[in-house]
Amino acid sequence: MKFKNYLESIAGVEIYPMVSLFIFLGFFTILTIWALKVNKSYINAIKNIPLGNENDNN
Amino acid sequence: MSNTLQTDKFFYDNKIVKWFAYATILWGLVGMLVGVLAAFQLVFPVLNLNTAQTTFGRVRPVHTNAVIFAFVGNGIFMGVYYSLQRLCKARMFSNFLSKLHFWGWQLIIVLAAVSLLAGYTTGKEYAELEWPIDILIALIWVAFGINMFGTIIKRRERHLYVAIWFYIATFVTVAMLHIVNSWEIPFSMFKSYSWYAGVQDALVQWWYGHNAVAFFLTTPYLGMMYYFLPKIANRPVYSYRLSIIHFWALIFIYIWAGPHHLLYTALPDWAQSLGVVFSVMLIAPSWGGMLNGLLTLRGAWDKVREDVVLKFLVVAVTAYGMATFEGPMLSLKSVNAISHFTDWTIAHVHVGALGWNGFLTFGVLYWLIPKIFKTNLYSQKMANWHFWIGTLGIVFYAVPMYWAGFMQSLAWKEFTPEGQLKYQFLETVTQMRPFYMMRGIGGTLYLLGAVMMTFNLVKTIRAGKAENDEAAEAAPLTKEFVEQHSSYHWHRWIERRPVQMMVLSLVLVAIGGLIEIVPTFLVKSNIPTISSVKPYTPLELQGRDIYVREGCYTCHSQMIRPFRSEVARYGEYSKAGEFVYDHPFQWGSKRTGPDLARIGGKYPDSWHFNHMYEPSSMSPGSIMPAYPWLFNNDIDMDITPAKIRAMQTLGVPYEKGYDQKANADLTAQADKIAANLAKDNIQVKSNKEIVALIAYLQRVGTDIKLEQKTASAN
Repeated sequence: MKFKNYLESIAGVEIYPMVSLFIFLGFFTILTIWALKVNKSYINAIKNIPLGNENDNN
Repeated sequence: MSNTLQTDKFFYDNKIVKWFAYATILWGLVGMLVGVLAAFQLVFPVLNLNTAQTTFGRVRPVHTNAVIFAFVGNGIFMGVYYSLQRLCKARMFSNFLSKLHFWGWQLIIVLAAVSLLAGYTTGKEYAELEWPIDILIALIWVAFGINMFGTIIKRRERHLYVAIWFYIATFVTVAMLHIVNSWEIPFSMFKSYSWYAGVQDALVQWWYGHNAVAFFLTTPYLGMMYYFLPKIANRPVYSYRLSIIHFWALIFIYIWAGPHHLLYTALPDWAQSLGVVFSVMLIAPSWGGMLNGLLTLRGAWDKVREDVVLKFLVVAVTAYGMATFEGPMLSLKSVNAISHFTDWTIAHVHVGALGWNGFLTFGVLYWLIPKIFKTNLYSQKMANWHFWIGTLGIVFYAVPMYWAGFMQSLAWKEFTPEGQLKYQFLETVTQMRPFYMMRGIGGTLYLLGAVMMTFNLVKTIRAGKAENDEAAEAAPLTKEFVEQHSSYHWHRWIERRPVQMMVLSLVLVAIGGLIEIVPTFLVKSNIPTISSVKPYTPLELQGRDIYVREGCYTCHSQMIRPFRSEVARYGEYSKAGEFVYDHPFQWGSKRTGPDLARIGGKYPDSWHFNHMYEPSSMSPGSIMPAYPWLFNNDIDMDITPAKIRAMQTLGVPYEKGYDQKANADLTAQADKIAANLAKDNIQVKSNKEIVALIAYLQRVGTDIKLEQKTASAN
C-alpha cells in the first residue's frame, strides 16, 4: 500500500528523470536563442499591453 | 489590430476585485495581530493564557496560515482578478465562479483558524489543515482555475502578456503541490495521518514547503509586479525578452530547490546536493526578475520620490532581491550549518513576507482602491507615514532576528577549552528574550502601519463611489490570425495558447518533482532499515498525536545533525531508518527549545510530568508554555483501533487484528507509568493525556540506544 510501490510498478521508471532533464535543457536552449533573436516590433507590441491603448480608458 | 472591426462593449468586474481587496486588508490585520501575539508569547509566556487554544504551538500555525493563505492569498486574487481582465480585455468568465471562489476561500480561512486553534493539525508546516479542508481547498482552487482559463479563452487580446504566464504557473503548480503533499489517510471525521513517513514525508513536505514560497508567495506576485509596476509607472517593462527567460528559468529551477531545507539531516546526501546546486542557480532568474522590475523605473526615479505607491513597490522589489540573494546563500551547506534551526530563518522569511509580499500588496491597494472608487486617496501624507513606519518595522523585526540567529548558533556550538559545551541550552534561550522583545516591537510598528492604511482606505472608500462594473470596449479576436510581424515563431504559438501553456508549465514543474522524489521512494538504500526500530505502542502513538496536536514541532526539532556540538549536546545523530513509522515526520525547522530526537530516557517520568505542568519549575527562566489541560483530558481510547488500522494501511507492521487488542496494551503501559510516577509521590489517573505524552517522549530516539547497548553487550 506504500506510495513507492506504485512507482516501482512502472517499467523503466529510472529513465524518467533523465529524459525530463534533457527535454527541459533542449527547450530552454531553444527558448533563449529565440528570445534573443526575436523581432523587436513584436516585443514592443506585447510589452505595451498593460499600458492599454486609445480604446482602453484604464 | 489593423483589420478594422466592430468593437465589443463589455464591463470589467470591479466588484470582485473590491471584495478581495477588503478581505486582503481584514485578514492582513488579523494575521499580523496574531503574529504580534505569538512574538510576545516568546517573551512573556504568561500570554499563552494557560489554555490550549491560545498556546503558541497552535497560535503560530494560525499566524503563518493567515498571513500566507488569507492575507497574501486574497492579495493574489485581488491582483489577478484586476489585471487578468485588463490584460485579456474581457470580463471574468463567470460571475458565479468569482463569487464561489471568494466566499469559498473566506470559508476555508475561517475553518482553518477555528480548526487549528482547536488542535486539528496534520503537523506539517504550512500544510497544517486537515483533510476535509484540504478537499475544500482543492475544489475552490479548481473553481478559480476554471474562471481564470475561461477568461483567458474568451479574451480579446491575442497575446498572453507575461503576467498571465505567471498566474497560469501558479495555478497549476499549487494544485500539484497541494494534492501531492496533502495525501493522507483519514482515521476520523477531522483527523488523518500523512501517507508518507519519515524521510520521504520530510522530502515531500519541503518540496511542498519550498514551492509554496515559490508558487504562492512569489510567482503570482511577480505576475502582479509585471502588470502593476509598468501600469503605475506608466512605462513598459524594461525587457520583455528577459521576462520570458525569467519565467521559464524560474519555474523550472525553483521546483528542485526544496531539499535545501533538509541539509545535514538524515535525507540522502545526493538529494541535499541537488537542492544546493539548484538553489544557487536560482539567483539568476530571481535577480533577472528583480532587475527587470527596478530597471522599469530607469529614468523615472523622480516619480518614486513623489508617488507613495511607487515607494512601496520599489521597497517590495528590493526586499525580493535581498531575500532571493540570501536564500541561495542559506542553501550553502557551510552557511546552513550556522543558520538552520535559528532565528536567522525567521528573519529571512520576514524580509520576504513583510517586504516583498506586504509592501507590494500595500502599494497595489493604495493604487487600486482610489481607482475603483473614482476618487483620490484620502491622505497621501498618512500613506507616506505608513511607508516609513512599515519600513522601520521591517528593520526592527529583521535586525534583532539576524543578531539572535548568530548568537544562538555560536552559543550552541561553543566549547570550553576542556572540550565541554559552554552553554546550557536554557542559557541560550534566556539570552534571546531582549531580541524577541525588539522583534515584537518591530512587528507592532508594521501592524500600526497597516492600521493606518486601513483607516486611510476606509476614508477613501467613503469619499468615493465604487464603479462595480467598469465599461470597456475592444475588438473581438478574428478567427484567422494575420501575422503582423515577420518571422513567425514557435514561442508565439504557445503564447497564444493558454491550455498548452499550462500543460507545458506542469510538465516542467513535474520534472523537478519527479527527479527529486522518485529516487527517494525507489532506492531502498536511501532509507536503510534498522532492525531495532519498532512501531510505536498504542499509548506512544496516542502521545505522539498529542505532541502533533499541541504543535510541539513549532519550537522543537527532532533531528540531530552530525556535528560535534549537536552530538555532544543531544546524543547520537539521527539516522534515516529511525523515522520509518513517523506519519507525519516531526523533524521541525526551528529550535526555540532544544532538540528532542533523543529525549527518551533522558529524564525520569516525574520530570516530564512536572515540566509539562509548569516548565519553569524544572527549567527556571524557560519560555515554554504550561500544558495544564493535559492533566485533565482523558486519552480518547475509542479512536485507538481506527488509528492502528490506519497505520496498518500505511504499512506499519502491527500484527493482524491488533486494532482490537491495542487498548489492552495501552492501559497496561499507562498503568505502569502511573505506578512509576506514584513512586515519586505523584498521583495521576493512568487515563490522562499527560501519561500518553510521557510514554511518547520516553520512547523518542530510544530504538537506536537499545541497539547500541545490545552491540556493546555482545
